[in-house]
Amino acid sequence: MTLLVVDDVVVRYGAVEALKGISLSVEQGEVVTLLGSNGAGKTTTLRTISGLHAPARGTILLDGEPLTGKPPHEVAAMGVGHVPEGRRVFPRMSVNENLEMGAYRDRSHLKEDTDRVFQLFPRLAERREQQGGTLSGGEQQMLAIGRALMSRPRVLLLDEPSMGLAPLIVQTIFEIIKQVNDEGVTVLLVEQNAAQALRLADRGYVLETGTMAMDGAAKDLLVDDRVRQVYLGEG
Amino acid sequence: MTTAVSARLSSPLARRLGGCLFLALVTAVVTGPDGSNVHPLDGVKNSLLNTRVFGFLVFGLLLFAVTSLSGRTKPIGLTQVRTRLSQAVGQRGTRPTGYLLLLAIAVLVPLQLSPAAQGSLFLDVGIYALLALGLNVVVGYAGLLDLGYIAFYAIGAYTTAYFTSSVINGKVVYPLPVHSPLLLNPFFVFPIAVLIASVAGIILGGPTLRLRGDYLAIVTLGFGEIVQILARNSDPLTNGSRGAFGVPPLSLHIGGFSYTWGQDALPYYYLLLGIVVVVMIAFSRLERSRIGRALAAIREDEVAAEASGVQTLRYKLLAFAIGASTSGFAGVLYATRQFFNPETFSLQASILVLTIVIFGGMGNIFGAVLGAVVLQGLAYILRDPIPLIGFKVPDADRFVYFGAVIMIMMVFRPQGLVPSRRRKREITMSEQGMGSADSLGSGEVSA
Repeated sequence: MTLLVVDDVVVRYGAVEALKGISLSVEQGEVVTLLGSNGAGKTTTLRTISGLHAPARGTILLDGEPLTGKPPHEVAAMGVGHVPEGRRVFPRMSVNENLEMGAYRDRSHLKEDTDRVFQLFPRLAERREQQGGTLSGGEQQMLAIGRALMSRPRVLLLDEPSMGLAPLIVQTIFEIIKQVNDEGVTVLLVEQNAAQALRLADRGYVLETGTMAMDGAAKDLLVDDRVRQVYLGEG
Repeated sequence: MTTAVSARLSSPLARRLGGCLFLALVTAVVTGPDGSNVHPLDGVKNSLLNTRVFGFLVFGLLLFAVTSLSGRTKPIGLTQVRTRLSQAVGQRGTRPTGYLLLLAIAVLVPLQLSPAAQGSLFLDVGIYALLALGLNVVVGYAGLLDLGYIAFYAIGAYTTAYFTSSVINGKVVYPLPVHSPLLLNPFFVFPIAVLIASVAGIILGGPTLRLRGDYLAIVTLGFGEIVQILARNSDPLTNGSRGAFGVPPLSLHIGGFSYTWGQDALPYYYLLLGIVVVVMIAFSRLERSRIGRALAAIREDEVAAEASGVQTLRYKLLAFAIGASTSGFAGVLYATRQFFNPETFSLQASILVLTIVIFGGMGNIFGAVLGAVVLQGLAYILRDPIPLIGFKVPDADRFVYFGAVIMIMMVFRPQGLVPSRRRKREITMSEQGMGSADSLGSGEVSA
């Protein structure tokens, strides 16, 4: 079953066309990764899905229902969890308060979901009362993911979760994404760290300056000559 | 020998002594005689050569002694008083006795004051406390810098003038050249003014709240100026700079019962005290509500708030409207007590309210009120000769002292008199190099 469909979406920043009619789809339960170099339009794609940008053309469907033109809070209410680029935890709120904000729309499962997040991220459980801004980069990323999970999303949009993190932490974050996915959350993952993303994902797309250059099964992309050359930095 | 002396001189204690004495000399010069166009430095020379300079040096030594006792770098005593105070004030509503004590002070102390002081307590302290409470929602909770806040106060005052009339010496007096066909008791103007002010807030906020902090400040600054200039120049509507005279005092007529708030300032003060207490309770509930959490999230990081499902624009508008209606409400209250003209609603008044909020402790309800009491109280005290030294601050210099107090405060206690829990964190974190403490609008631009 196809959960998320992006069809022929165009996004403009003034005169600049950031997305020139891209299409992608994410099946229920999949991990799909969106690769591409800086400025290719990966972040714009995610922000457009979650309603932070309005597309000039094209449609976005979640489980058959249109998301296009809906404001961010409605998109979030429909089950899209967005972990924005650069983590963006609330710096002066405690870990607990940050998670509470994630459950802002619906607090009925607050206790249960907080426990679930702490189970997933034992490091956060140790730092419940610590302020978001004083956590390490990896912990902040965990908190941002945990906060997004608090709203019980059907699809989780992750924007460069490995950015600026030590390799060992990146490993942990990817393991957690796998675990979250195993629990039934569909994931759309934007990454520059192509090798690791492709090893985790079921399928992948490659964006090049606003157009979709390639797509296919992750294991095929991983051995594709062009991908290896441009994104994996090999031979 | 010389190294020992220079080591002594560069010790923190010696530096503080030097600082205190320097401060004393500066104060002596600032308060001393004026220079002239011909000899601009005469003022400096004469005040330093005058014997009164010794008085100031003694004050400097005293200041040094007070700040150095027990070897602390921070002024002693203040810390204890502060913790006591914050215990009494209560962080999370756990100290009802503290509240009652403060209320008792607010009720009883004014009885001992002179009529002039009572009048100032209503007009300068009370009204500004109410204004600061409203602006605190906008600046402290939502992190929106509003520099045109006083415009809503003006709207409240002029609305009152439009809807009321009074009878003076048997003649009906209308405060403005135009008046409503239906004239009302000032009490009925409250809801109207609150409504108009909040609608004005929403009209202003609708297009501007999409802007980030600095831009919003400029737009609201312009709005405040526009309202004041409109009031000044629309003679046929507002009486221009002659202002509105003849708004009746507040009065109640229920059945056979009748009461008028007359010349005496105390009844006005007690009414306002009641209103301030109600507003404080309401806003502290607001802060802990779902709305309060949404506002805090917006203040910390708007993008993250949006991604968490907070309707950011709607809540920013709401904060704006709450602030505006509080300001409008205060405007009605002011108009029923005091003559006003466009100069009452100057930019300086907006900035004074903002200063009170920051001085008192941004985001803290008690801070807003205490800020008004301290700053406006200070302004009042400076009008008369200072007790003990008998020195009268020249009227023209009053704001120099006012400014000095604010500057000293911001250097030694940037989080304000009674900081909010969150504000305290911001300051400590920025001192450790994390994030910025100005915190009006989230720092980064979204990609």
